Amino acid sequence: MALNNIWVFAQAANGAPTSATLELLTKARSLSSNVTAFIAGSGADAAALGEYGATAVLAVEIGKNLPGVAIASALKSVIDGGNTPDLIMFPQNTEGRDIMSRLSVKLDKTVITNNIDITDSGDGVTVVTPIFGGNTLVSTTFTGAGPFLAAFRPKSFAAESAGGAAAAVTAVSVPDLGATGSAQVVAVHVEATTGPKLDEANIVVAGGRGLGEAPSFAMVEELATLLKGAPGASRAIVDAGWVPYSYQVGQTGKVVKPTIYIAAGISGATQHMVGMKGSKNIIAINKDKEAPIFGVADLGIVGDVHKVLPQIIAALKAR
Amino acid sequence: MGSVSVTMSLMNVIVCVKQIPDPAAPGALDGATNTLKRDGKLILDDSDAYGVEMALQLVDKAGGGEVSLISMAPNGETAGLRTALAMGASKAVLVSDPALQGSDALTTAKILAAAVQRLGGADLVIGATESSDGYTGTVPEQMAELLGLPSVTFAKKVSVEGGALKVDRQTEAGYDEVTCALPALISVTAGVVEPRYPSFKGIMAAKSKPVEEVTAADLNVTPVGWAGAGQKISNVAQAEARQAGEVIEDDGETFGKIVGFLENLKVI
Repeated sequence: MALNNIWVFAQAANGAPTSATLELLTKARSLSSNVTAFIAGSGADAAALGEYGATAVLAVEIGKNLPGVAIASALKSVIDGGNTPDLIMFPQNTEGRDIMSRLSVKLDKTVITNNIDITDSGDGVTVVTPIFGGNTLVSTTFTGAGPFLAAFRPKSFAAESAGGAAAAVTAVSVPDLGATGSAQVVAVHVEATTGPKLDEANIVVAGGRGLGEAPSFAMVEELATLLKGAPGASRAIVDAGWVPYSYQVGQTGKVVKPTIYIAAGISGATQHMVGMKGSKNIIAINKDKEAPIFGVADLGIVGDVHKVLPQIIAALKAR
Repeated sequence: MGSVSVTMSLMNVIVCVKQIPDPAAPGALDGATNTLKRDGKLILDDSDAYGVEMALQLVDKAGGGEVSLISMAPNGETAGLRTALAMGASKAVLVSDPALQGSDALTTAKILAAAVQRLGGADLVIGATESSDGYTGTVPEQMAELLGLPSVTFAKKVSVEGGALKVDRQTEAGYDEVTCALPALISVTAGVVEPRYPSFKGIMAAKSKPVEEVTAADLNVTPVGWAGAGQKISNVAQAEARQAGEVIEDDGETFGKIVGFLENLKVI
């Protein structure tokens, strides 16, 4: 089937579209000339969204509602009004997942998450999903009629400007949510960060359980700072409360593709590997020589991070 | 002298638990069906132990009520459910039906929502943000929509005050404080609470706790399995393998190798 009408969930950070948004718009416009971006709030950057391929923008004023139920309900009203997309693309993150989940029930359509590619053969729309830590790629074809709902991991597509004109913005209101609208945001907390963003850094130094205890993470941060990179973490030490969630690399955290990824005391669980396997160069330090991380490392050191990290730090400081 | 009033509010919580193949064992696909092999021993998904613990603590704090479990498994497996019952849950509904194989997330949500209704609903339904084996990550929010409930996903701190939920909801940038009326559904992150280990007494008691086994037909959910999935697997391929490089034992000097590696890439 032809994809005549594609919608993309657009998000903004500091007033500009996120990189994941621009990646999805770039892919969407390669599949259809009719691409609509939908976004929470009235501050859509119509020029940037248009530049990357959006021909229209639906701006949903969600107020204090959580985006999932509010945006899904607004989109349903647009679809009921006769504007029916063939495909709706979401970034694989908290908000994307919530909206697509609510919408899948409202439309009674399946959802396919965690994808890294999409193709339209004319006979069917197929998405590609990595499983088992990215060792196996599963292609899944949507059956029946659209809209097809799919979420894509960040960095699956390269964002490229199309030089398009600013998209026309239409405001969409949220219908009465009834009981489902009782969840309200009463305060927003932003955790302070310094240095480059984890998912944009050229060098990432990540620590895991092999660090032994929370204070040892300071070594990871010091090395990251010396290399002008960003510190990252495995899920194990985020769950243990050593560092905030914003540090997490992996399936449930950030996807990173830096020039150099240094894994310190990380064994390489599949949950972690899917978030960093795309790094150009991987250096691993781990005590266990059987650790799966050595299977993807360009340089693997079987050793104690408590010895090796301070030595690297001292050597860099001495330069 | 003022009067002393004791308010005892009962809190009934239903927790969605998944029984999964041991994550320590390498996963495999069934060659005939391209579904994840789930024929070995199944265990309680670690991700769900947090929800069970959260539920037990909320009921405890409310001063009464009970924790019930719902689960869906193709082969009548109860090992993972018994673990959660041993932690302190009271009873379980297990939806077990060979017809469920190949079900997508939406069908799974329909089954679990019907199981919630079979238990007569609850003040709070708890799920994990995603399972450790399939990680579609949409089922709890789909259940909320099917049940007409408000929901707060990615909850990293939860309390009930004055009959309403207070949740710290994890976001990309930090967290949001969210309030929500009950009944509601939440999905909790790993690490939200520290799951207890079942005691010997708990393990013994769990053996006699009621587990009701039902089929998809009992719950009036059709179609299920591949027929209801809205998707079909069209290909399975091996990804291009990343070649392992040099692995060396640390002799006290290997840090120089790393520094040299960084120099070669001109980042220092």
